[in-house]
Amino acid sequence: MSTQPIANQPLVPPRKPSRTNVAHRALTNQIVKGLAILATLIVLAPLAAILFYLVYKGARSLNLAFFTRVPAPVGEEGGGMANAIVGSGIILALASAMGIPIGIAAGVYLNEFGQGKFLGNAVRFTADVLNGVPSIVMGISIYSLIVMQQKHFSAFAGGVALGIMMIPTVTRTTEEMLATVPQAIREAALGLGVPKWRTALSVSLRTASPGIITGCMLAFARVAGETAPLLFTALGNQFWSVRLNQPIAALPLQIFVYAMSPYDEWHRLAWAGALVLITLIMVSVTLVRVYASRGVLKGGS
Amino acid sequence: MLLCACSIFVIVLFILSILILRSHLSRAEFGWKFFIGQNWDPVAGDFGALPFIYGTLVTSAIALLISVPLALGVAIFLTELCPRFLRAPISFLTELLAAIPSVIYGLWAVFVLVPLMRGTLGQMIHKLFGWTGLFEGPNFGVGMLTAGIILSIMILPIISSLTRDIMTAVPNSQREAVLALGATKWEMVRIGVLRNSRIGIVGAIMLGLGCALGETMAVTMVIGNHPEISKSLFAPGHTLASVIAGEFSEATGDLYLSALIQIGLALFLITIVVNAIARLMVWAVTRGAPSRTA
Repeated sequence: MSTQPIANQPLVPPRKPSRTNVAHRALTNQIVKGLAILATLIVLAPLAAILFYLVYKGARSLNLAFFTRVPAPVGEEGGGMANAIVGSGIILALASAMGIPIGIAAGVYLNEFGQGKFLGNAVRFTADVLNGVPSIVMGISIYSLIVMQQKHFSAFAGGVALGIMMIPTVTRTTEEMLATVPQAIREAALGLGVPKWRTALSVSLRTASPGIITGCMLAFARVAGETAPLLFTALGNQFWSVRLNQPIAALPLQIFVYAMSPYDEWHRLAWAGALVLITLIMVSVTLVRVYASRGVLKGGS
Repeated sequence: MLLCACSIFVIVLFILSILILRSHLSRAEFGWKFFIGQNWDPVAGDFGALPFIYGTLVTSAIALLISVPLALGVAIFLTELCPRFLRAPISFLTELLAAIPSVIYGLWAVFVLVPLMRGTLGQMIHKLFGWTGLFEGPNFGVGMLTAGIILSIMILPIISSLTRDIMTAVPNSQREAVLALGATKWEMVRIGVLRNSRIGIVGAIMLGLGCALGETMAVTMVIGNHPEISKSLFAPGHTLASVIAGEFSEATGDLYLSALIQIGLALFLITIVVNAIARLMVWAVTRGAPSRTA
């Protein structure tokens, strides 16, 4: 509000809004509204197209043999991806065994002990940055570390690569979930004389556990479809193998190889594999979403 | 706990050190000239990364060009215009788009987008934008434009969901103030919301850029894998990530391998810098903001 007397200011009567100006502004408003709606439709179109093609092409070639048979040699009909499905399961189990405990522990540190400290902020920032490291770079580093030393590709190397990729996601969601635990609960435990580490583990972590589990599933779904880090670590395998120190097949790898091959039969299998993979991922993401809408995952992105 | 938290540092340091260590052969041989050399000739042992840098920049630029306006549109629609009951389903659907693995995008692109680009869509683009001179030469369907398009679909959900978060963090009093002055809804968005959140939006775009730079599988499948710099966007190309994916397992000779690892090192450093700047920008805006209302 002006401190000068009103009389000192030149008195200009407020300009009446001209009709063309109002119309112009209203028109711009409508155009932008239309553009925003159009943009949303354009964005949803590829999703619909991808899902439609996956179901359309994949469902026809999905049969029992797909889940029970190993790949047939070139030129032969039939065959499945049983080894790839099992292989993916083994690699993902290895990755989870490595990534989830480290991720959760780091998340607990960030929220319960490192709050406001320089180290805590630095870890948080590094985790975010690690999240953005291209997966192919992860693949060549693990190749240099494990495969070069052992002189052969292995399921174990693939598991390590994916496990490292899970850590930042798990850490950040764990931290976010723990932040939603009310301070009063911690104070109640501390007031009873429970040491701080015990409070963090038995009280905060337990209270936040549904959210943390969904966060882990999110990380799991994210690495389940990763192909690039497996190219030079797990390598892929056309035969049945469950040995950890041997090359192993994985679903995304198999899809990649089949999609790039010149055979129609293999293309068919690639579509079927993609349908299985996407179903797995969509189911876990949707489960996460159901939890989120219940308010457990509030603040998670 | 502390140990595990520090392990994150260790991982980043370890990746960096191993990439530096393993690329020393090619660093010693080519030095900084590696990044301006135009030849990529494994047989002669002459390696230069310029074609890959060019391919990466072009595809990422196309991806940003397509996805930024769309992502902004979606974010504006979701935060300001959308009826409340549609808000949750639509943001869920865009997040599903982010959950699709890149190999499935690649599969879809190879069998649906590439024939489309070879046929009607490519001809249409040639007719509409042919005057720019960027769409000359034969059109095989695979090429930098196709890779850019598939990249734009992949980074869209990242940009739009972050932009949405940033826009919801703008306090309602800002909107009400602008509306009280008689602004239309678009003027309210432009003056009250976009202007307040522009730093965060730039950060979100850079995060999208970080993803586009490092994206491997889908790009490898549709870019045509040809290390050459050409002006036409229809021409096949190569990116930093796709050359690693395509040639790493066939690399014979230590120098070849070392050159590929040096490309990986460059990619690692670039994405870390881009991501770090982007994160700082997003943090600067969303820090202390009220939790978002979905």
